Amino acid sequence: MTTQRKAVALISGGLDSLLAAKVMLEQGIHVEGINFYTGFCVEGHTHAIRKKDKAKPKRNNALWSAETLGIKLHIIDVIDEYKDVLINPKHGYGQNMNPCLDCKVFMVGKAKEWADENGFDFIITGEVIGQRPMSQRRETMPIISAESGADDRLLRPLCAQNLPETLPEREGWVNRDELHDFSGRTRKPQMALAEKFGLDDYAQPAGGCCFLTDKAYSVKLADLWASRGKKEYEIDDIMLLKVGRHFRPKPNFKLIVAREEGENNFLQGYRKQFITLRTMSHKGPLTLLDGTVEDGDLELAAKIVARFSQGRDAESVDVEVAELGEVIKSISIKPFSNEEIQEAWRV
Amino acid sequence: MIELDARRLMCPMPVIKAQNAIKTMTSGDKLRVTCSDPGVMQDIPAWSRINGHTILKAEEIDHEYIITIEVGDD
Ligand code: SF4
Repeated sequence: MTTQRKAVALISGGLDSLLAAKVMLEQGIHVEGINFYTGFCVEGHTHAIRKKDKAKPKRNNALWSAETLGIKLHIIDVIDEYKDVLINPKHGYGQNMNPCLDCKVFMVGKAKEWADENGFDFIITGEVIGQRPMSQRRETMPIISAESGADDRLLRPLCAQNLPETLPEREGWVNRDELHDFSGRTRKPQMALAEKFGLDDYAQPAGGCCFLTDKAYSVKLADLWASRGKKEYEIDDIMLLKVGRHFRPKPNFKLIVAREEGENNFLQGYRKQFITLRTMSHKGPLTLLDGTVEDGDLELAAKIVARFSQGRDAESVDVEVAELGEVIKSISIKPFSNEEIQEAWRV
Repeated sequence: MIELDARRLMCPMPVIKAQNAIKTMTSGDKLRVTCSDPGVMQDIPAWSRINGHTILKAEEIDHEYIITIEVGDD
């Protein structure tokens, strides 16, 4: 009896990784999925923050893919290790703060480590030549294979026929003739294959698998680094970049103003770590102040916060300031008008 | 029964914590995870189904989500 070969599949939650794994299952390979949580993944958390999103709970597409395929999924926390990938990307950033090529090298490398530890024979991804301008090009495919250390144990079932033979093909573990030759930006071949497999209801992520491809998010991250004078972050920092309106009226501090009740509740959880402002005379959003304050800064912040309360047109609004959860000051102030909130303050 | 506090963590972190705790447990053991992200009510059962574990109970008490998992074979 021949041994059943084992492949670990990078599962992002998108259609391509789902199809790549399915192609392997069809060839009798034992497949298990692996998914890396960098802290920036679109899957997960943000749906829990905004109240309007709560009514319709968002599924985790990586889990959904695994369940559809009937395979196990191992989710790995790489938050700390990922910092170096994002802060010092050898191959640079894409259109926004996305270090896609370094990210791919990192993830395939981690999958290779996992495969070695767990007795798996090879690694598969849903990459397609030409699908993404930065990381999925003909020239980047060998870079990912080599720099990750996976070498010819990395197989891309969706475009393998356009690439040199890999170990699983050479050894006859998989049949190259039944792999695919997809290329380019078109999604048609993927959709046709999905239909052939009877797969529907799959996720169609627009930009990519993480927030780093998002322009607004990237601007906030760049502002965070610029204000700190160095590229560094903790998980709380990157979570807070996803929440609220952000204003930087002065270089030394930024305000995060909740947009609705769900965000208010989320920011409540940070009251003991930050200076917070809330309007007392009128209903209004909870606001976090990130940074340090100098003379007059709390009044400036209070005017902005009051602008987003129901007292925006009142002569005076009472704002309570707390530091690490303890009230330190009460300010009665006239809210800024819309025009007084400078466009340049918005991050 | 092993207790796991995953409050203040957002998905998928509670799933990862539960997964890592279960790795150290054996078939038939029970794990109770307490979370504050409502997303766990979908994600932990989905993860458990995929990996062969059974959800014994999933309840919401005072804005907290408490899920009891029985570890499956493997
Ligand atoms: S979109 Fe994000 S997760 Fe996906 S490869 Fe690029 S940096 Fe990595």
